[in-house]
Amino acid sequence: MEVMIILVPLALALGLAGLLAFLWSLKSGQYDDLEGAAWRAIADDDEPQPSARAER
Amino acid sequence: MQVTRDFSHYVKDLGAGVSHIDLAVEGVSCAGCMAKIERGLSAIPDVTLARVNLTDRRVALEWKQGSLDPVRFIDRLSELGYKAYPFETASAEATEVAESRFLLRCLGVAAFATMNVMMLSIPVWSGNISDMLPEQRDFFHWLSAVIALPAAAYAGQPFFRSAWRALSSGNVNMDVPICIGVILALGMSVVETFHHAEHTYFDAAIMLLTFLLVGRYLDQNMRRRTRAVAGNLAALKAETATKFVGTDEISEVPVAAIRAGDIVLLRPGERCAVDGTVIEGRSEIDQSLITGETLHVPAEPGTAIYAGSLNVSGALRVKVSAASEGTLLAEITRLLDNALQARSRYMRLADRASRVYAPVVHATAALTVLGWVLAGSSWHDAIVTGIAVLIITCPCALGLAIPTVQTVAAGAMFKSGVLLNAGDAIERLAEADYVIFDKTGTLTLPELEVINAADIPSDMFALAGRLALSSHHPVAAAVAQAANATSPLMGAVEQPGQGVRAIVDGVELRLGRPSFCGAEALAAQNASLDPEGSLVAFSRGDEKFLLSVRQGLRPDAAKIIAALKRRGIAVEILSGDREAAVHAAAAALGVSEWRAGVTPADKIARIEALKSSGIRVMMVGDGMNDAPSLAAAHVSISPISAAHLSQATADLVFLGRPLAPMLSAIDYARKALHLMRQNLRLAVGYNVLAVPLAIGGMVTPLIAAAAMSGSSILVMLNALRARSVREPVSWK
Repeated sequence: MEVMIILVPLALALGLAGLLAFLWSLKSGQYDDLEGAAWRAIADDDEPQPSARAER
Repeated sequence: MQVTRDFSHYVKDLGAGVSHIDLAVEGVSCAGCMAKIERGLSAIPDVTLARVNLTDRRVALEWKQGSLDPVRFIDRLSELGYKAYPFETASAEATEVAESRFLLRCLGVAAFATMNVMMLSIPVWSGNISDMLPEQRDFFHWLSAVIALPAAAYAGQPFFRSAWRALSSGNVNMDVPICIGVILALGMSVVETFHHAEHTYFDAAIMLLTFLLVGRYLDQNMRRRTRAVAGNLAALKAETATKFVGTDEISEVPVAAIRAGDIVLLRPGERCAVDGTVIEGRSEIDQSLITGETLHVPAEPGTAIYAGSLNVSGALRVKVSAASEGTLLAEITRLLDNALQARSRYMRLADRASRVYAPVVHATAALTVLGWVLAGSSWHDAIVTGIAVLIITCPCALGLAIPTVQTVAAGAMFKSGVLLNAGDAIERLAEADYVIFDKTGTLTLPELEVINAADIPSDMFALAGRLALSSHHPVAAAVAQAANATSPLMGAVEQPGQGVRAIVDGVELRLGRPSFCGAEALAAQNASLDPEGSLVAFSRGDEKFLLSVRQGLRPDAAKIIAALKRRGIAVEILSGDREAAVHAAAAALGVSEWRAGVTPADKIARIEALKSSGIRVMMVGDGMNDAPSLAAAHVSISPISAAHLSQATADLVFLGRPLAPMLSAIDYARKALHLMRQNLRLAVGYNVLAVPLAIGGMVTPLIAAAAMSGSSILVMLNALRARSVREPVSWK
């Protein structure tokens, strides 16, 4: 069971990383337009889109 | 005269030499539009950001300060085929957005904490029946506490605040039992961990918060979206006024930038966007949006004119007055205030459920503790069992039961062309059993239409249509529209208040008043033909024809009224218009209950009379004179063409020309209410099964977790059924 010393902190660190990633994505406005985001994923991006950065 | 457009009112300065503007865009519905708009706008030099928000149908633009005029973006969008207009975010909308984000952040924290606590709980549950050492169990419990306690303190804020607000004003809402449950569960778990116990409830407490936050967020998001749509609609009405900036120079400015004392120009065919007094010019104005009266009223210097009036014939100069000065408006505002005050605070289904629920739950928990103590159990064991009862009964599914249905139903209504203004509108709409219609602009279309086009030779009608293109008069617009005219006649001259004339192939053509075309005799013969409409004459040399123009009924009005009756809903018409006009409309629609010449106060009196006999009245109206009765009714709906005040007062707004969205809104609402009740029964039913186990002290954290998530998922799946009704209609 010594392996828990590595596994438990690792699991918690991963959970925390997930939470921080979520909070970052929320703050950078990625949840502001869920409908648009769904379409952007499949849009043709052959042409460069200078606008493709987050709003804030 | 030189005309400019000035939208600087809407431009925000972001600092660092960047300007920002938000535009509401009509007709953005797919990924293609999104890419087209973004590419089209980014192609303008100096634009640093052009991003479409497809959910809210808006574009955010940023550019180097001072290098561009925002008018250019609107022109560019109209070249691309989209109507756009800048808007100001209402402060209410900004609050909703902030609240929505906060709830999502809480939900994120709670969900991640739940997952991690579960990861620790499952080894304990399986270890309890195999070979886990007590030290390992304690270690896992302590870890759970470290995750759950701060997460609950953060994610529970919305509930703690709301419960505190309710308690400090001496009330109990659904959040009170939630907070008590969560706090007691966490507190007991900490104590139990100290005592090396087998069971703790960290996972149950934090999971409860997660599910409840899902419901809270859905509810909030629906409100936020409604507000965004309402903001767009207001912006897209593009209410501008033509303001005199010099003696002879005019500029088109947004109404928001107009101040009392400004002088604006009102051209023929334009709708007035401000309240004021005529200072120069003579014309006739159509006040049907304000009073419901379809006959035109003369306007001359000194005449008061209200926002929403349509200028019919001559150009007017109007001095803007503060909104409350008009006697008519003051009267309507007074009635509206009274009606809003008298609108007895409607008790939402969720509040009614929690009012019953909370005392029952707390009494059960208290009796459980007492019962176990009397049966000889220790205080510690009795309290642990009591808290288990609180946890198991915590209104997890109950908190989801209503918001999930509302979200799904509001989405379905949105697709069929109905927007919600009020969160509890669905419940109230489902209960309506009596519909009162206004006539003008509600049962009839706001635009005029030619009703006897078939009686006139088609080549003559086509000529009349082309001639009509040279006039801004609403009647002329209706003739041009009916004849599908596209090319105006050369050399056509408009005589204000009379008509238009032009010479084609040496013969004079005239379109206008019967007297202008020398057709008085013909008009006199036909005066009784159509009591509702007004007559226009068209002459070519000595050939004379009469056209009858009036506001036509909405295409499906008769069908919808018949469908309402089939659903057991009684129908009545209350109109401010003349008796002849209302009688004709009522007869055509098969409505036997109607009253004409009704004042706003009479309408309210009628609604109150119906209300006091227990009838739940739905009011459908568009005019400013309907606003008080829209507020007084149990539930109300307005067409999108309605006056500002009415649209803001109504609970729902429907789009498009047919009345069908209104009917489908009723169907969706009835289905939704049925599902809400069913969900409540499901949630209560689950408690009926689980509570005896909890009272008996047989609930383990595993059972609590399974029961809680099982019932929540069941309720959510059931809510999805609100998407389908028997006769779905599309408004397009």
